[in-house]
Amino acid sequence: MAAITLKDINKRYGDGFHAVKDVNLDIADGEFVILVGPSGCGKSTLLRMIVGLEDITSGELRIGDQRVNEKAPRDRNLSMVFQNYALYPHLTVYENIAFPLRLAKTPDKEVDERVRRASDLLELNEHLDRKPANLSGGQRQRVAMGRAIVREAQAFLFDEPLSNLDAKLRGQMRTEISRLQKRLGITTVYVTHDQVEAMTLGDRVVVLRRGVVQQVATPRELYENPVNLFVAGFIGSPPMNFISATVSGDSLHTPFGEWKLPASRAGDLSGHDVVLLGARPEAFEDVSVVSDAVRDHGVVFDATIDVIEWLGNEQYAYVPYDAPEDIRAQLAELERELDSEALRTQLVVALDASSRIPEGAPASLWLDLRRVHVFDPESGTNLTVEAMKDHGDQAAAATPNGGRPSAAASPGETQRETPRETPGETAPRATSEAGEGGDDTVP
Amino acid sequence: MMDEGQLSRGTKVWWWVAGIVILVYALFPVAWIVSLSFKTPSDLGTGQFLPTDWVGDNYDNILRGDAQDLFLSSLRNSVGISLIATFISVVLAMFAAYAIARLDFPGKRLILTTALAVAIFPVISIVTPLFNLWRNIGLYDTWPGLIIPYLSLTLPISIWTMSAFFRQIPWELEQAAQVDGATTWQAFRKVIVPLATPGVFTTAIISFFIAWNDFIYGISLTSTEAARPVPAALAFFTGASQFEEPTGAIAAAAVVVTIPVVILVLLFQRRIVSGLTQGAVKG
Repeated sequence: MAAITLKDINKRYGDGFHAVKDVNLDIADGEFVILVGPSGCGKSTLLRMIVGLEDITSGELRIGDQRVNEKAPRDRNLSMVFQNYALYPHLTVYENIAFPLRLAKTPDKEVDERVRRASDLLELNEHLDRKPANLSGGQRQRVAMGRAIVREAQAFLFDEPLSNLDAKLRGQMRTEISRLQKRLGITTVYVTHDQVEAMTLGDRVVVLRRGVVQQVATPRELYENPVNLFVAGFIGSPPMNFISATVSGDSLHTPFGEWKLPASRAGDLSGHDVVLLGARPEAFEDVSVVSDAVRDHGVVFDATIDVIEWLGNEQYAYVPYDAPEDIRAQLAELERELDSEALRTQLVVALDASSRIPEGAPASLWLDLRRVHVFDPESGTNLTVEAMKDHGDQAAAATPNGGRPSAAASPGETQRETPRETPGETAPRATSEAGEGGDDTVP
Repeated sequence: MMDEGQLSRGTKVWWWVAGIVILVYALFPVAWIVSLSFKTPSDLGTGQFLPTDWVGDNYDNILRGDAQDLFLSSLRNSVGISLIATFISVVLAMFAAYAIARLDFPGKRLILTTALAVAIFPVISIVTPLFNLWRNIGLYDTWPGLIIPYLSLTLPISIWTMSAFFRQIPWELEQAAQVDGATTWQAFRKVIVPLATPGVFTTAIISFFIAWNDFIYGISLTSTEAARPVPAALAFFTGASQFEEPTGAIAAAAVVVTIPVVILVLLFQRRIVSGLTQGAVKG
């Protein structure tokens, strides 16, 4: 077990493609870190650089207190679970799990002991004599994990291990991985493009976009205080709503009326003509179910609800609205980058399940202004989080490393870039993200 | 024919008829040679398919009689030369194909196209210069003198077949092995080679056939029993008198040399199982 330190890591491919840019990251011993981002963001490349299957163009990678840039994968003592499992088809499950031990010339008795222990843990005992071809997807997945845990590796690396499983199995295995990691307490780096996995598994989540780290924080911190438009749009399902607003004095002119944000959310908006307001679906509510105690913290506005999806525990209402052309283009660009497609500008509003608002009729909605974020449409920066940082009232929560004491907050970790920079770079890399394109994305 | 059960009766009958026609067409010459090999010399010209008397004289002749020296030595040459040529070609092709399938190096396409070009080059046009060259450098009428030209025939096809097999093996397997602690060589030996076995055997059989069946090099680059292979030796059989055709002996020799090939295929066809890589990765 060991800490992993990435310092100014860069990856440039032979064809000039800059896949990973100046990544700084401190992964503490025993920590579970998730690398997440849309296809082609460089997360798999980063993982493969850690394990040694890709060369590091520049920067320094340390495992424990050793520099490992020049070491071959086998000398790094890491274990990895591949997206497609990469089991050895000519070996039985037993020999598959034993493979790393056999290479290390471990005595037979100890091999047997450790393989049995791993197979106990993963409930593979009755399959030990079978070949991988005769196993189901979930069983193969467990064999791949068995091969990873059988030896005392410094860290586990997972490369989208669940993306080939169906939704139900994925949920089970997710819990299983989480339990296993807690039990073994081994440093783990986990790559995924599924933000649900990212939120549920990780101690900390690293959001990557075009090879640049956007934010490193705990899942809660990412959700509540995303540093920019990209993180805000990527984390959360249904995603955060973005509403354009023009600034006039200290009030904001939106398609839904004049709103006045509390000082803690707005910060100093002078110098901005147009801003984007971000509000999660659950920040909205049917005004009739809002209690009087909190009603004053928000605004009430009228809107026509297009479609309602009733899910039992809650319901989603869709409210289409018109946005200025340039804002719409920017939101569409953001959506495209997040691997989805925006057909129209609309609000997605989560309502209480008891709400009886009808479809297709005007309704009164309430928005909790304490939960609104203000984004600079040019740079994408979350001005609310900036303001909080300046005030220092939530300084700990807003630091890039999510307040983990072990991780030193260095300025390089919250780089932001303007959303429209060099569009050509989003082209997915066949080498680093192979197989990702066909997967179903966020459920 | 997985859906045989779903075929209608009429379709089934047609499949059988077509199958039998093809079998007869392919096996008739073989049956004829077998029948010839059991005929007496006087029986050869009768035009009958089956011998009037079944005799083993021809076999006796080539295995124990006058033609024994000629035949047995050539059989030894053929087996030895073909096996060595096959072995060298498979080993070389294995490394070459692995490099072609895995590595990206300049001139990769050039190697593949050159290999193909060599394969389609007419053998007969190379034989004469080769004959002169071999005589000058002392390779004429030796085993290496045949093995080297045979490699030029077997290597291209071996490289092509094997690189196709290697390409089917997911690269992740090798990377997984490396992460598990294997050196490049260990990953190749413990993961790639076992998975490529069907490819190796397929290639070996094809190479062996090419070397075993060659006639032009065999007849042109040898002059004595030191290196002359069976196909060439058959041309040197003589009858009991100079007025008698050695047809019976040739037929018997042809039957004898076919047997090892048949055995080889029967032995190895079980190894040529496709789908060995199944289960490695989730497709």
